[in-house]
Amino acid sequence: MRYLPLSDTDRSEMLARIGVKHVDELFADVPKSLLLKEPVDLPRRKGELEVERILSRMSAKNIPASSVPFFVGAGAYKHHVPATVDHLIQRSEFLTSYTPYQPEIAQGTLQYLFEFQTQVAALTGMEVANASMYDGSTGTGEAVLMAHRVTKRRKAVLSGGLHPHYADVVRTLSEMSSDEVVTMAPDVDAAEDILSQIDDSTSCVVVQSPDVFGNVRDLKPIADKAHQHGALLIAVFTEAVSLGLLKSPGSMGADIVVGEGQSIGNALNFGGPYVGLFATQSKFIRQMPGRLCGETVDADGNRGFVLTLSTREQHIRRDKATSNICTNSGLCSLAFTIHMTLLGEKGLTRLARINHANAVKLADQLASVKGVEVLNKTFFNEFTVKLAKPAAEVVERLVEKGVLAGVPVSRLLPGAGLDNLLLVASTEVNTDDDRAALCAALKEVL
Amino acid sequence: MLNRQGRPTAPQAHGVSDPAAGMGDQAARLQGDDTRARGSSAGTHPTFTGNKALAQIEPLLFEIGRYDTTGVDLDEPEDFKPRLGGLERKEPIGLPGLSEPETMRHYVRLSQQNYGIDTGLFPLGSCTMKHNARLNERMARLPGFSDVHPLQPVSTVQGALELMNELGRYLITLTNMTAVALSPKAGAHGELCGMMAIKAAIEAKGEGKTRNVVLVPDSAHGTNPATAALIGFKVKPVPAREDGWVHVEDVKERLGPDVAAIMLTNPNTCGLFEPQVAEIAKAIHDAGAYFYCDGANFNAIVGKAKPGDLGVDAMHINLHKTFSTPHGGGGPGSGPVVLSERLAAFAPVPFVRAGKDGSFELVEQNNEAGGTAAPFGRMTAFHGQMGMYVRALSYMLSHGSDGMKQASEDAVLNANYIRAGLADLMSLPFGNKPCMHEVLFDDAWLKDTGVTTLDVAKAMIDEGYHPMTMYFPLVVHGAMLIEPTESESKASLDLFIATLRDLAMAAKNGDRERFTGAPYHAPRRRLDETRAARNPVLKWTPPAPVAEAAE
Repeated sequence: MRYLPLSDTDRSEMLARIGVKHVDELFADVPKSLLLKEPVDLPRRKGELEVERILSRMSAKNIPASSVPFFVGAGAYKHHVPATVDHLIQRSEFLTSYTPYQPEIAQGTLQYLFEFQTQVAALTGMEVANASMYDGSTGTGEAVLMAHRVTKRRKAVLSGGLHPHYADVVRTLSEMSSDEVVTMAPDVDAAEDILSQIDDSTSCVVVQSPDVFGNVRDLKPIADKAHQHGALLIAVFTEAVSLGLLKSPGSMGADIVVGEGQSIGNALNFGGPYVGLFATQSKFIRQMPGRLCGETVDADGNRGFVLTLSTREQHIRRDKATSNICTNSGLCSLAFTIHMTLLGEKGLTRLARINHANAVKLADQLASVKGVEVLNKTFFNEFTVKLAKPAAEVVERLVEKGVLAGVPVSRLLPGAGLDNLLLVASTEVNTDDDRAALCAALKEVL
Repeated sequence: MLNRQGRPTAPQAHGVSDPAAGMGDQAARLQGDDTRARGSSAGTHPTFTGNKALAQIEPLLFEIGRYDTTGVDLDEPEDFKPRLGGLERKEPIGLPGLSEPETMRHYVRLSQQNYGIDTGLFPLGSCTMKHNARLNERMARLPGFSDVHPLQPVSTVQGALELMNELGRYLITLTNMTAVALSPKAGAHGELCGMMAIKAAIEAKGEGKTRNVVLVPDSAHGTNPATAALIGFKVKPVPAREDGWVHVEDVKERLGPDVAAIMLTNPNTCGLFEPQVAEIAKAIHDAGAYFYCDGANFNAIVGKAKPGDLGVDAMHINLHKTFSTPHGGGGPGSGPVVLSERLAAFAPVPFVRAGKDGSFELVEQNNEAGGTAAPFGRMTAFHGQMGMYVRALSYMLSHGSDGMKQASEDAVLNANYIRAGLADLMSLPFGNKPCMHEVLFDDAWLKDTGVTTLDVAKAMIDEGYHPMTMYFPLVVHGAMLIEPTESESKASLDLFIATLRDLAMAAKNGDRERFTGAPYHAPRRRLDETRAARNPVLKWTPPAPVAEAAE
């Protein structure tokens, strides 16, 4: 077996040194009747070539985003990732290192985490950011728990514009913890009256912008109302590129900002691994979940970085910890920070403008297709259209025409009576030809 | 003198007026005579740049980046009317950029300050730092896996669903369990998933109000009690015995109608297989409770024993440990949970279902689950860590059932070989008996040497090794938990053993300096963690104007 360096001679010598005859003597504490004599009922070892053949065959059954006109979003976005990013994250010293518990030989990881935290704080307009969560949805769950710790209240109000998967994650966690959740009805046109739901028992209000239907929301009035009642505003985003063009959640009064960082540096990967971004104000840092990297000095007085404030964490506090999170999204946060460094402010804002421009172009073109109505007054790079037929059906028909048109709202909210709604995303990867193909295919199908 | 990046080349000119200010005792000691006697390696032959040949100082991005620089060529879009509802950003963000060559150099230099598995032996106990085959990286990047969207039509991702189904089949076969929930994002998330399934099962039996205690041995990972507490369980500890094992009597004593589950790590964190695990499982089941097994140490028994045969009801599997998906400096992980027949119905959405015609469907909503299934909800957006599933399956296909069994045997053999090589010089808290894939020492052998477990760890860094897990498990004083994994050759183990023997002799012979000032040869000397926590600096801020700084 190519991954195992020991030879049979080595094994015999080592067993002799240990003082046993057979390796199974080392498994003496396993009940004898349960120790397996033969390998389990699975195929035997395979060479690289054979493994490549098997997995390539599976891969070939899927339609990659890059191979067709592609408009699927709803929380994960197809962006171009520079070649440099994927090369650098595969550097052995990044790829095969552990959580930086030994800072003297992990300054590479620690310094990029410090830079990552600084970038995320700047992007969200907040004072501090952590070293990442698993993804946006689990980060949102953690944000709600953090708000409960800060306010010592147990009721969260979820906007009807919050991604339904995110809402499900929060509800699952809250039900298990016996916390209260008020979920607003699906809010296609950002018209909900969330302010009336906020009272003195509210711990936090969770609002996404751009929301799952694409609407850009003004968070300021919600933050103000929440603060009047001693509640926190948790601002959620699923498209990090939007922050290059939109007012930061921090500038609109958010207390916790949490979102999905996949768009910057990370491939679609069929849903994971992604990277959760999590930021807040300095006064709340001791209630934050997850790892934090901080600056310090070494014994020679040289600047260095360490994981810090770990008395919040499970390995120290056990059942009193702020979260149970341990491993987070290290390498995905590296991809994020490298891509962000390549972009810089100039590149990010331009990338955001291109995304918005492409989406505006697409919306205008779709509006002229019979049977298609664009519902959004505002949007960034994704919006909702109402079709003359059920969206799921239309999307399947468009697959036959070689176009991946978007996400039917019924997939996220089945039974909500929104079957004719389709979420359509357009990023920098879409060309004029892509847009023309989508419009042409829709004309045929509708 | 300042170098071209405006950073001082001589440590004493760093601008930190008194490095010892605010430091704890230990840090103050580090500044003491021992350190000076050995001397800072930077003190000899200073260079203009502060670099030392291949050892390059790399400033922060914010000290070298520029706000008008970008390393990505993009064309400004033609004029258009924005639809942002007047919510455009008006202020600058504060994100400097670098050109592509500068970016490459920045991160390559940072990488060179890191230790990885590819650098050398990485004996971090309970973390299973085994070889990360690059075939797995190549497979995960196949466009049919890396470039597909979680919400594109199911008809266009049949191969991805097939892979998830196949991975699930492998995990179920290796564990002899009934079902698997793939979506948890890491080990602790898997624990949460398993405990949520248990809570759902208890509530389904109408015992939700009364069964609210979870037994957790003192030797458990911190994530176990943190997870149980997260969803409202009360944690009741089970003390460790002198032999390192959990005893069935101790469990029985704590069992009652209020107990929901036990969270037991097996093999445990002392590196031992729990010999009474089957009896403990029976006692738990007889009391109407569930057996959660922490699968962090599964690498010892893959292909040797099946957790389902031991009475386990739920167990998470760290794909980033046992099945070699890269740790990546702290993730991403992946923590699928296998479930027994008693819990299978409560598995969360989404899950893959194989159709009779060879096609696969994805169940994404609770009410689509059908039959007796009663999913407890959803752990995460989308379907989990697909990129890790591909890598793990690539590992399993490569090893095969025979290779996985061999890997476990080699992992256990390697740990015992280290035990045999060090037992006379270092102290084994539970006697010199066979261990599983990791061997636990305590610090009794350091008594009266003035050297601590931490000092030994830092001295290992100077010798070119990543330290073992230290001060964990908590049940042993000054714990040193060594897990070599199956990836080490005999020659590598021999050198490692010889090195630790040399360190042990040095400590016993009074060469304190080699330990208390260590590391001397790493990119940084020992870092002041107290200072970092006392005055947290969690992001870069622009330096104060020069006039102020000069005061």
